[in-house]
Amino acid sequence: MLDIIVCVKHVPLTSEAELKIEANGRKIEKTGLVFDINEWDDYAVEEAVRIKEKLGGTVTVITVGDEDSDNTLRKCLARGADKAIRLTDPKFEGSDGYAVAKILYNVVKNLRYDLILTGFQAGDDGYSMVGPILAEMLQVPHATLVKKIELDAGTARVNRELEGGLEEVVEVRLPALFAVQTGINVPRYVSRMGIRKALQKEIKVMNLAEIGLKEEEVGEAGSWLKIEKLYVPPLEKQVKFLKGGPEEVAAQIVEILKSKGML
Amino acid sequence: MTSILVVAEHRLGQIRDITYEMLTKGREIAEKLNTEQIAVILGRNIKEKAKRLSEYAEKVLVFEDEKLENFNSDAYQKVLMNFLREEKPILTMIGHTSYGVELAPRLAASLNIPLATDCIDIFFEGENLTVIRQMYGGKVNVRATLKKGSGYMVTVRQAAFTAKKPLQPINGEIIEKRSPLAEEITLKRFIEYVLPAAGGVDITAAEKIVAIGRGVKDQANIPVIEEFANLLGAALACTRPVVDKGWLPSERQVGSSGKIVKPKLYIALGISGAFQHIVGMKNSDLTIAINKDPNAPIFGYSDYGIVDDLFKVVPALKKKIVELKGQKTV
Repeated sequence: MLDIIVCVKHVPLTSEAELKIEANGRKIEKTGLVFDINEWDDYAVEEAVRIKEKLGGTVTVITVGDEDSDNTLRKCLARGADKAIRLTDPKFEGSDGYAVAKILYNVVKNLRYDLILTGFQAGDDGYSMVGPILAEMLQVPHATLVKKIELDAGTARVNRELEGGLEEVVEVRLPALFAVQTGINVPRYVSRMGIRKALQKEIKVMNLAEIGLKEEEVGEAGSWLKIEKLYVPPLEKQVKFLKGGPEEVAAQIVEILKSKGML
Repeated sequence: MTSILVVAEHRLGQIRDITYEMLTKGREIAEKLNTEQIAVILGRNIKEKAKRLSEYAEKVLVFEDEKLENFNSDAYQKVLMNFLREEKPILTMIGHTSYGVELAPRLAASLNIPLATDCIDIFFEGENLTVIRQMYGGKVNVRATLKKGSGYMVTVRQAAFTAKKPLQPINGEIIEKRSPLAEEITLKRFIEYVLPAAGGVDITAAEKIVAIGRGVKDQANIPVIEEFANLLGAALACTRPVVDKGWLPSERQVGSSGKIVKPKLYIALGISGAFQHIVGMKNSDLTIAINKDPNAPIFGYSDYGIVDDLFKVVPALKKKIVELKGQKTV
């Protein structure tokens, strides 16, 4: 029996979307973007549910975000999580990974857990810091880039992904926090029906005062990092765009390949 | 002290490239601030390795301990916490690597030092530290400032800076330090390395590569692309999401956690160009990218770009190549 907490984030899906930077230069325009659970967190929730199915216990998902984050929490509940907590306050706006870790800490410290799972990073700001900082605050050991978890009495053996295809195995005493890398499992499909059923499950909502933090500890004031400006990255190579329909473009590519002796 | 401090990274007896990349950038910052650079290395029987670091730094501090033989963030944190409290560098640089991401956030939190992760540029403006990092998988760059602290910490993206030995080696002093680790580290223990399975295809040896990303949409679409690759005499490679979905084996993965390739021709199909992938292919001679999104970062690393549906362009291209080959054999 294990009590597992999974920290998740509701993020815009941007890998195939065209992004526009807001006029103030500090954010991207969110209208028109589709939001979903952060990809890494999706694997973390799946892993938690698999552990629960094997060993018994509970899975609690927790997020820092606005009301829309309920969509991500419902998806987690539909997949097999038992409880969901949403930490929401306008003052959280502008929080970096450090401030988010503080917010999570103030709630998680009062919960029962044997294992905490997070995604290794978030697809939006990519800090890769919430998990390890939360582990430091809770004074539990942690591992990041986790590709495999094997549980034994009171310990876990985990595979960490290193560079170039290499992995390392580390043994960690529980309770512990693991930041999960994609590919650790294949997340199961969640049907619309499943999500609709999850509507019956309650989502607990807490604000700044209920969490017990002060205004200056969260948001931009409580963060390490202050975003000054967003901009489109400069090009490393001067790309030449080939114009025309598929046939015309194909003909141009063939000519390029021929001229370079590739065909 | 206001030194610049670089935490050296090594594995299996080798100093990792990121160390020299950081030392090169650190040298530049130290000279601008008119201060010294310190390299710190933790390990077992690593004193010999410290010599090369001294070419970049005024001081190289060596912590030797059998408990430090293999990387363990718990052990590293204990040693570095003590040391950073004493030394109080203005900037501590750690690689944004599998080791650095495990170590830096926790170390920064324990010392209450502001940290910026995955930086691609770092500069002081007066006493304030400004960094450039990326968001949304490399689609947007961010200029950010760190909160004023007793010092700053950054993790540095691999290959963001090019390692370059100083024209005049510094040949700094090598100082052996006593390891403060009294007890065994028991909460977290290194067990072993797991080497990648020997694969059938070595994409690093290929002269031509056709690589696929998320844009391939479905495993069922892969044979069409494979035929195209065969026609070109190219190896088929892919991005991480394709491996995560189980569509191709990991030996085909290009990027920071996969293979680094430098082919003569790299054709990127439906690849947006997350930096983890870019690191693995940006030194290809000729890169052609096909992607529906005109703002896909991959185009910034390509010689030729086609903004279109790959499933329209690839069949047209196949047809043209078949025609051409037909002519040649006649």
